[in-house]
Amino acid sequence: MTGLQGIATNLVQTMNGRNAGLPPLLEVQDLHTEFRTGAGIVRAVDGISYTVDPGETVAIVGESGSGKSVSALSLLRLIPDPPGRITAGEVMFAGRNLMKLSEEEMRRVRGGEIGMVFQEPMTSLNPVLTIGRQITETLEQHRGVDRAAADRRAVELLGLVGIADAKRRLEQYPHQLSGGLRQRIMIAIALACDPKLIIADEPTTALDVTIQAQILELMQKLTRQLGVALIIITHNLGVVARYAQRVNVMYAGRIVESGTAGALYHNPRHPYTIALLRSVPRLDRPRQARLDPIEGQPPDLTLLDRGCSFRPRCRFAIAACAEAKPPLAPAGAPGQLSACFRSHELDVTAGAA
Amino acid sequence: MMASAEAQPLLEVRGLRMHFPVTEGMIARRHIGDVKAVDGVDLTIRRGETLGLVGESGCGKTTMGRCILRLEKPTAGEILYDGVDIAKLDRRELVALRRRIQVIFQDPYSSLNPRQKVGSIIGEPMMVHGVEKDAKRRTERVRELLSVCGLNPNFADRYPHEMSGGQRQRVGIARALALNPEFIVCDEAVSALDVSIQAQIINLLEDLRDKFNLTYLFIAHDLSVVRHLCQRVAVMYLGRVVELAECDDVFDHPLHPYTKALLGAVPVPDPAVEAERAFQPVAGEVPSPINPPPGCVFHPRCSIAIANCRVTRPELRELRPGHWAACDVVT
Repeated sequence: MTGLQGIATNLVQTMNGRNAGLPPLLEVQDLHTEFRTGAGIVRAVDGISYTVDPGETVAIVGESGSGKSVSALSLLRLIPDPPGRITAGEVMFAGRNLMKLSEEEMRRVRGGEIGMVFQEPMTSLNPVLTIGRQITETLEQHRGVDRAAADRRAVELLGLVGIADAKRRLEQYPHQLSGGLRQRIMIAIALACDPKLIIADEPTTALDVTIQAQILELMQKLTRQLGVALIIITHNLGVVARYAQRVNVMYAGRIVESGTAGALYHNPRHPYTIALLRSVPRLDRPRQARLDPIEGQPPDLTLLDRGCSFRPRCRFAIAACAEAKPPLAPAGAPGQLSACFRSHELDVTAGAA
Repeated sequence: MMASAEAQPLLEVRGLRMHFPVTEGMIARRHIGDVKAVDGVDLTIRRGETLGLVGESGCGKTTMGRCILRLEKPTAGEILYDGVDIAKLDRRELVALRRRIQVIFQDPYSSLNPRQKVGSIIGEPMMVHGVEKDAKRRTERVRELLSVCGLNPNFADRYPHEMSGGQRQRVGIARALALNPEFIVCDEAVSALDVSIQAQIINLLEDLRDKFNLTYLFIAHDLSVVRHLCQRVAVMYLGRVVELAECDDVFDHPLHPYTKALLGAVPVPDPAVEAERAFQPVAGEVPSPINPPPGCVFHPRCSIAIANCRVTRPELRELRPGHWAACDVVT
């Protein structure tokens, strides 16, 4: 299995584009997730579609409330109902529509074929179980292996994620470990059952920058080595630039731009992406000028109208933007998509300057 | 911009130590050690300057800020503010000082009282310090401050929960300005904000600095924000300053191995730059400040450490003009 995936990964990489004749590993089609709140219906995910190829790293980037985390939780059907509900859409994963599986089948997917790494390892690990038990439990549940085999595999997994002294660590509880070690444990659990895909939701946001670098380098090394695809959800544009092959930019529940990291950073075709890249100061250059912020606030998701949600903050908005939401359409580089009526006029070299 | 180095600094910190006792036992509490949050720091801030103070969690940067605000009484050392040692002031003397030194906190959610209207939040410092005693004039001043901070003056009648994170941070800034301070400690003032809002607040802080001749101590872990906003920067590690220089010197030509590791760990928002850049993340984690390593506190993680680093604590040395580093190996 791993060998096949490795070949597939290599193929995809040599062809240097998405979907080199192979079906994608994951295909999200028109996914909608709503929350019913006192203030009205919040369309947290409002019709998103994207694909992930085997072995590929795809970033979902956006600010708070853009729907990036909800979209990832929706893939695994982890939306609490009520108040949340996945109202439409397909999630094809390795040939099956995850939205149609029974709860029992879905449980086998979560932590089995799809691993998860969350932001806050302290709240996602069980405080009263040892590290070892949390890893072996996953293995026993999904693989049906006996305790001894699970123990051996747990030691092996800790080695894989760079934790020395595995025997001692397996007997410890989460509170005895640092944030960085806990996140390594999360990665070990995510990898325990040889997943094809790992979903990492802000995996390093709670960590210090030197530890963040250790964890991200480790995830990159292991996903490459094992041919595992990775969806990384983040607000950090630097992390995206370093680790992602393709990027989906989300705003107000929709993907507004999508493409390779290179295309999006060097020739963005959506006003939000352009503005986002211009609003961050650069560490690698002396200060050039005042920052160019995006004026205004993100919209209230209960009050969205039929027009483009970015329109009130957009410098390029025209009358048509109030009439309909622009669909994702090809713009810029091959494979690049932008949801803007004026994407063809926005040929700027942002990020520079 | 830069006054001559001889001009008297606005703030001068000498040999500052802040140790928090660690105790054990439920009834008979035994003192078993100290968290050495700040362990011998010297620092000056010039009038009108913005000094960045950077480092990872637990390095002591926030404790430094709290000592300068005298929210903590330092264990040892001097904090000379305009020539007066504020580490030794009593309560009454501190009140006068607090009109001149203000603070902006990280979290715009927990630093505003949810039961107070914005107008009363911003007006309160004036009442406490007896400026603008006339209620009508105070209301006018609150409206003016809101407007200076880019908010509609009518927000005075709102509660914090009716506002977004960026708007709340503007209220926190308006409150800090209420007494016309000359020095503001910004403790992670933009860290909790989304990037599009963060840029708005950074620009506001710059505008206010120019308009009111403010001096900032800008405590942050986001190095790119510090490079953008500050003139000089001090890098802290485990309670000590390991490097201090003009911003561009630190970011373009770092000297201390920790600073190099820290800068190398930050990915830049440019895939072309990142594709070229190979780096080896620094191994290990920050040791406990209760029992810091002997000698140089960074030696267990340092790639260039020699035997002496385990023994001798390096002092800050001026290795280049105006560029200080606490490392005995780099030259």
